[in-house]
Amino acid sequence: MAGIIRNPKDFGAGILYIAFGAVGYWIAVDYGFGRASRMGPGYFPSVLSALLMLFGLIAVIRSFIKPGEPLGGFAWKQSAFVVGSTVAFGLLLVPAGLIVALVALILISAAASHYFKFDWKAVGALIVLVVFCSLVFVKGLGVPMPLLGTWFGG
Amino acid sequence: MELLANLWLGAQTAMSLVNLFYCLIGVFLGTAIGVLPGLGPVATIAMLLPVTFGLPPVSALIMLSGIYYGAQYGGSTTAILVNLPGESSSVVTALDGHKLAQQGHAGRALAVAAISSFFAGTVCTFLIALFAPPLAEVALKFGPAEYFSLMVLGLVASIVLASGSLLHALGMIVLGLLLGLVGTDVNSGTARYSFGIPELADGISFVTVAMGVFGLGEIIANLAHERTRNVLMAKVTGLMPTREDFKRIIGPVLRGTSLGAVLGILPGGGAMLASFSAYALEKKVSSNSKNFGKGAIEGVAAPESANNAGAQTSFIPMLTLGIPSNPVMALMIGAMIIQGIQPGPSVMTEQPALFWGIVVSMWVGNVMLLVLNLPLIGLWVKMISVPYHLLYPAILVFCAIGTFSLSNSTFDVYLMAVFGFLGYIFHKLGCEPAPMMLGFILGPMMEEFLRRALLLSKGDPMVLVTRPISAIMLGLAVACLLVVLSPMLRKKREEAFAEEAV
Repeated sequence: MAGIIRNPKDFGAGILYIAFGAVGYWIAVDYGFGRASRMGPGYFPSVLSALLMLFGLIAVIRSFIKPGEPLGGFAWKQSAFVVGSTVAFGLLLVPAGLIVALVALILISAAASHYFKFDWKAVGALIVLVVFCSLVFVKGLGVPMPLLGTWFGG
Repeated sequence: MELLANLWLGAQTAMSLVNLFYCLIGVFLGTAIGVLPGLGPVATIAMLLPVTFGLPPVSALIMLSGIYYGAQYGGSTTAILVNLPGESSSVVTALDGHKLAQQGHAGRALAVAAISSFFAGTVCTFLIALFAPPLAEVALKFGPAEYFSLMVLGLVASIVLASGSLLHALGMIVLGLLLGLVGTDVNSGTARYSFGIPELADGISFVTVAMGVFGLGEIIANLAHERTRNVLMAKVTGLMPTREDFKRIIGPVLRGTSLGAVLGILPGGGAMLASFSAYALEKKVSSNSKNFGKGAIEGVAAPESANNAGAQTSFIPMLTLGIPSNPVMALMIGAMIIQGIQPGPSVMTEQPALFWGIVVSMWVGNVMLLVLNLPLIGLWVKMISVPYHLLYPAILVFCAIGTFSLSNSTFDVYLMAVFGFLGYIFHKLGCEPAPMMLGFILGPMMEEFLRRALLLSKGDPMVLVTRPISAIMLGLAVACLLVVLSPMLRKKREEAFAEEAV
């Protein structure tokens, strides 16, 4: 397969467009197309999805013809840490509260860096950031986030 | 003399103590994030948008605008001192600016950058004041067909100006349009693409997407190419340009400002394209062109005036038509809607104090930036030396809290994480996210205008070409596409962008 694809970036983007277009089209079928004079909710999405699939197809075809740069390594580890830390924040915010959620977000995301060392400097920055956010967002701006969540009886 | 009266009204608004304060915060933050590589105005404005909920509309918009043009000033500092673009629009400034710094002229280069930016900022504030009212008047006559055609033209123009592949610009726009449709359809009440999730039935917030793609996605991409930022920092001495410098930069600044002002208005244009084109132009016409790339002061003056000019004039379509020309302007529109202001030509007549207040605050902000930048250079230098691995967890924290506070729901936080990962995939595949963001904000508007236009014409699509203004705009859009697709020009365009990429 890899031998035929001369431009992996184009190929990947094309597949992505086709996938989004196909899902978009498949779902929009149920929405009622309507007529041009009275467009149904499915009219515009169907047209867009079809266009997107067309562009995807062109990109895939082009990837067999015109050579391009290789993809290079995919940063799985960094993606996992950054996305994972954000999800952890979302999961912990209500049950554990802002303080725990922030500590989890900061420590998990920081672990994605080669240069991260858990030393006094990192701990200091962590404390400053958590205190700053608690004061500014919760006390100052009144964002409804519990400092301590339901797990701690908050 | 209506203009003077309007400017006076604006001055009264912008000069109030509260608004001066928010303007100062805006330009200060803007400079700070401009100085820091890896954090741009889109992510910053998206993060701060929820914070502005409680502010009066004028103050909120004054502060957010300050961040955008402030970033143009800050970006040049990093470019000159450490040869890294603090902001994507200052990539070309680094070419000559850093050479000057290595030769011991860092102070001169910084001063020229600030003065060029200030000049461009002043001129463009007046341009906005002059051209926005007549444009808004024309726009008031627009019907749904005109608006639809204008958006088509805008999107096509943004493809022509995008630097990457044409096909991907098109693909990303359509993807953005499609994503913009998620949520309840206003006409039928059908919840589209909501997968039965109530939060999705309300639609995806633009801010969540922006923070995901431009915040999280960028962080992952930066971490993938992590390296120490152990660059030799040039010493800053002699902050005053010589008389000879002033003579040499007059031409480049004037040309840069004009070019930047024109490109800023065009969709997809804005600061980055302006600085690239100004540098390329100056290299062709300057009498000193052989020194370009070796420390020519003209090579700092032209792009720096152009990027600030572009940043300012990109407010024109946003303020007069309610149509964003780049992701930052899309966020500004979002900020207006949150504040209960319907963006469009009526803003000027219904909210004159708001409109003119923002315009005058831009000039005030530029004065502040000139004053802030040069004496505080020591602070910015310290800021550049903050390592990225200490910075990005903080960015993540602000993104997470910011997106949560949009509707006090953790769902938005998860959605942001999804878009962050998607943003990194786009980055890997060479798909630029900016056209997607334009499509995302224009999607629902385009559908609505097309629907209304066709409803009025009883389904006859010819309405789009029988109405003269609409026909002209669609004709221009087709012409743009033909021009871009013609093989000869295509080659030229690729050459132009290749030159810029060097």
